[in-house]
Parts: sequence; structure tokens; C-alpha cells
Amino acid sequence: MSKVTRFAGRDPGPNARVAGFMAHLRDHGLRLGVGETALAVEALTHVRASDPVEARLALQAVCTGCADEVAGFEDLFDAYWRNDGRVREKVVPSTSASTEHMRNSRSAQGPETDGNGRMDSPDDSGGEGEAMVSGEGRLVGSRLQNLMKTDLRDLVSPEDIRDAETVARRLALALRDRRSRRRRAAKKGAMLDMRRVLRQSLSTGGEPVRLPRRKRPDRPVRIVALCDVSGSMTIYARVFLAFLAGLMRADSAADAYLFHTRLVRITEALRDPDGLRALNRLTLLADGFGGGSKIGAALDQFAATHARRLVNGRSVVVILSDGYDTDPPEVLGDALLRLRRRGCRIVWLNPLKGWAGYAPVAAGMAAALPHLDHFAAAGTLSDLAALEQEFTRL
Amino acid sequence: MSWNDLQTDMAQQGYVASDDLAMALYLALSLGRPLLLEGAAGVGKTEVARVLAAVKSTQLIRLQCYEGLDAGQAIYEWNYQRQLLAIRAAAEDGETGSAVEARIFSDDYLLERPLLKAIRQAVAPVLLIDEIDRADEEFEAYLLEILSEFQISIPELGTITATTRPMVILTANGTRDLSDALRRRCLYAHVDYPDRATELAILRARIPGIEDLLAGQIVGFVQALRREELEKTPGVAEMLDFAAALSGLGIADLNSDPQVLQATLATLLKTRTDRDNIPTEVAQRLAGRAA
Repeated sequence: MSKVTRFAGRDPGPNARVAGFMAHLRDHGLRLGVGETALAVEALTHVRASDPVEARLALQAVCTGCADEVAGFEDLFDAYWRNDGRVREKVVPSTSASTEHMRNSRSAQGPETDGNGRMDSPDDSGGEGEAMVSGEGRLVGSRLQNLMKTDLRDLVSPEDIRDAETVARRLALALRDRRSRRRRAAKKGAMLDMRRVLRQSLSTGGEPVRLPRRKRPDRPVRIVALCDVSGSMTIYARVFLAFLAGLMRADSAADAYLFHTRLVRITEALRDPDGLRALNRLTLLADGFGGGSKIGAALDQFAATHARRLVNGRSVVVILSDGYDTDPPEVLGDALLRLRRRGCRIVWLNPLKGWAGYAPVAAGMAAALPHLDHFAAAGTLSDLAALEQEFTRL
Repeated sequence: MSWNDLQTDMAQQGYVASDDLAMALYLALSLGRPLLLEGAAGVGKTEVARVLAAVKSTQLIRLQCYEGLDAGQAIYEWNYQRQLLAIRAAAEDGETGSAVEARIFSDDYLLERPLLKAIRQAVAPVLLIDEIDRADEEFEAYLLEILSEFQISIPELGTITATTRPMVILTANGTRDLSDALRRRCLYAHVDYPDRATELAILRARIPGIEDLLAGQIVGFVQALRREELEKTPGVAEMLDFAAALSGLGIADLNSDPQVLQATLATLLKTRTDRDNIPTEVAQRLAGRAA
């Protein structure tokens, strides 16, 4: 049997199929508008659209916009167009259909329980209420990737993001040391560069036509945040994700990643102007949320890939994690050492540190300690806000 | 012309393009859209534009972006010196003010910079906007306007509309994230380090006389080197330099002389840390495995 998806007889035609494909891509987090749909149809007229490889390459050139999207495109293409000969009934999602299919657990009619816990946190009724826990990754061997998806929109509310944004903005400001004593030539600046004004006026017969300026250069500190969303961290995820979302909106140079058993870059997703939509896109990126954690491997991957490009002496790497790692502790130590060699400062915010009598005895945490510039507690938004003072000193 | 033809034409010019890239380039030409190429340094992004210009036998106009690039450097600028001279001369001749003004704000006194030049060509050129991510965000916004309208307004002269639409190629290697608006306006292709077979084809195309044994070793060695932990991963251009250095020295076998290999590594490893990371033993091991 052919691998190609068969379309239902009442299917309105190729244009609608392409539109359906675009909707399919949009559902998977690609940002595409009507303009791209038209362009995609036009692009297909320039190639032999009946050839799956050509069609894929053409649509890929039109629809993708960054390396991550390119990497996932073939799967998305196959899922829609080469669905093992299955009949695709509905090509264009109608508005009513989309509300049904959209994964919005807020409107979903799930079985109600009496517990007041949220999806991922146990309720506080002393363990008597029936909690719906999604973190079975804690019991299952952590080598298995937890494929259950957690709806992050259910974890974080728009108000959280707004509060977190204020805190994140203050922290970003505290971290950024913008003052530089030197002045450099610049397009716009407070001071005239008199020396160059005079020199250049010579070529215009003594008339100062061009006015070169000088300013104190901006030396922004880039904040790179890595957030652990493994099973043991789920209850803090709400605060941290809101914090990351706030940070991304407050500071255009900041960069954010999630890790559990893999490392996922979420900067692009979190920059979405609509806060809730940003979290929705994050949900799609973060399958495996609430599973096991491989902090060492994730940090090692970060040091080997993204860090080469983004981390330098003017970076602060903020790690939000409890330090419970399933990898041997040396992996974590080595990864931090490698990261450290790039000249950045490393801050580890551990929600457990706030507990009375906490000692960093988890093997991973103990291995990490010598490489950290700052090790602090952070479980709530107010904890994060309190860090401002200490961050200015970094 | 189909995209396969374009791929073949490019191969004749010595550029081995992947399917993704050839298709994106072909569509960019057919649809009249700019093409955004992203990828690590040294994978041949800039070269795409040069080869495309050769294939289309047209001119390549290049705009190298840098921090602080402004409209005066990218679009147009008045030739102040000539204008001042003209004013001085006019004052002596007793020319009227309005006549001088009309004269000094004419085409003769305009310095064309790459963007203006690109839209005023008789034959559509290839416009390469190199390392767009180094330019400021404000310049990016300005560029968007030009790329969508293909017209430039000069207050003193009026609006200049494109006589031909240039084929626009933008390159970026991730110094900063580009705006969504720019990404949406462009077609996109990600250029990656080539795989072994492709890299071998590139090497053969660029250095035709090279022996099979050495070519295989060079490519194997460089591919292995890319997997090592380096600050600057060697790109295709470095690989070609390395090959040129070896064949220039008359080496036929990579394993023949460890000292020469170590010396020629200067073409591949460009920082001190990287040199220290690949001492003779490591280089020998990699070379041995590459064979």
C-alpha cells in the first residue's frame, strides 16, 4: 500500500490540503500566516509537486525559519502527507473543530476530584485527597523518556507571568553592568568626537560637515537560564517557567533552555508576544516534562553546542535545578568545568536550599558546588526577587 | 530550468549544493523572494552568492554588515566634498542659490552604496547581504522595507524604484536572533557541515588533481576533527586550505610524516587552545583512523 495519505472524496482540492498542512504546522508551533500559505501553493507550482521529495524540500524552504524547525520538518511533513495511506477526513479545521481538538485542559471535562491540587502538584490536604499526578517518571526507570505531555498553560497563569516579569526585569537590570569607562565612536552619542570632527573637516575645507560622535559602549550581560523540569522539579516549574517567560520578555538578549532527559531551547517560543501562546508552544516542545533528569548530560550538551555560540565572559548562566541527577556526578562536574572555562559566571538556584537543615549532599549537587559563583535558594517568586541584591555583586 | 538544473550548474562552478539548499535557492529565484542562509561559520554560505552570480553570469554586489552599519554606508550618501567644492566655485562665478542647489543635489553628487547600486542595475545582480545578524536591529528594519518595496526614497531626489529586482541572499550565523518579520519575508535554508561524500565531492571539484587516497584521508581527518572538542570547528574553506597545503608540499599520504601534519594543522586550527587540544598523538590517531 502506498505511504501517501489518501484524502476524503469530499476534499475541496489541493489548495485546501496545503491550507490544512499549514494548520498542521501551526499546531506544532511554527509561526505561519496566510501569506506563507499562498507562497507555499505558489512554490509548489514551480516544482513537480507530485514528487514527495521535491514537495517536501519546497515546503521546507517556505515554511521553516530556523535550524530547529528544519530538523523537525520531515516528520511533520510525513505525518500529514504520507500517513500510511490513511484517509484524512478533515482537511481544513473549522473553528468549532479546533476548540474540540485543542488541548486545553481548563475547559476539558475531566473527572473531578475533591483535592485542590493542580495537575502536577499534590494537594495540601495532608495526602487524603486523590491527587492526579503526572510524574510517573519518578517511579518508572528514568531511562525511559516520559512521553506524557503536561499542559503548561495549566501550570502558569497570565498573572504569574506578569508578576514574574517584574521580578525578572529587576534581576536582569541588576545583572547588567552597562557602565564602561571608555568611549567609542558611535552613530549616536552624547559627546562629539572633537578629534575626528577636526580631522574630517579638513576634507571639507574646514567646514565641520560630518559630526562623528562618541558614546559609552553598551556592555550588556547576557543571561542564559537553564531550567530543570524533571519529575522532582514539577512543583516548582510554575514559578520557574513564569520567571523564564518574564525574563525573555524583559531582556531581549537573554536565552532560555529546558532540560529533563534532553535539552530544549525555548528562547524563541517564550518570546511570543502572547504569554499564554508562548506557554502553549512550550508544551509542544517539552515532551518528557516531569520525567527523569540528566542534568550532567544536558549541561554537557549545552556546553558543547549552544554555549560555544552564546556564552562568553559577559554571560551569566543561571541553572534552576534541585541537583537530583541520574547521571554519575562526575559528568555534571565536568560539564560545569567546561562551561566555566568559557569565562562565564554560574549561578545555581536550588529550591531545596530554602528548607531548614538542607545540606547539598545529593552527589550531583556536591560535585557542582566547587564550580559555582553563587548558590542560592529559590522556590518562590519572592525568593527570586530577594536575589536582586546578591546579583548586583556578581 | 528546474532545481536539478540549478544544482548541476552550481556543481559545474565548483559548488556542491545539498538538495535543501538547491531547492531553496531555486524557489527564491522563481518566487522573487530573498533567501536567508543560516549555518556555522565556514560552511560556504557566502560562496553560494558568488556561485549564483557566476551561474546567472551577472554581477555580485556585496554588503558586509557590521555593528553600527548605517544607511550612509549601506544605501547612499551625498558626496559632501564635491558639493562643497561646487558651492565655493559657484560663489566665485556668481551662480544663483537655487541653481547651485539643484545642481549639487543631482545624481552626479550621489555616492551609490550597495543597496542603491543593486536596484539600479540594467541586469538583475545578485545582492549578498553578509552576516545580517551583526548589523543593528534598526538597520534590519530598514532593510525589510527595501526588501519588500524595492524602492528607496531620497528626500532631495525623490523615490528611486528598482529597474531590476536583484536576487537577494542574506547570511547569518547566529550572533543574535533575527526578527520574526525578517524570517517571514525570506525563504530559509540551513547550511550544515557537509557529510563525508559531499565533502569529498567538494574537494574533488576544487582541487581536481588530488589523489584519491589523500582526498579520502583529508576528508576523514577533517570530519573526525569536527567531532573533537574545539573552540572553532574547521569549515569547508579550512579543509580546502589544508588540502592545498598538503598537495603544495607534495604529501601523498597523511600518515607519512607526523611533523608535516602537525605543521599543516595551522590551516585548520585557528586558536591556541585548539592547537593545544590536538597534540601530535591525537592528530596521528585521527589521521590513522581516517585512512
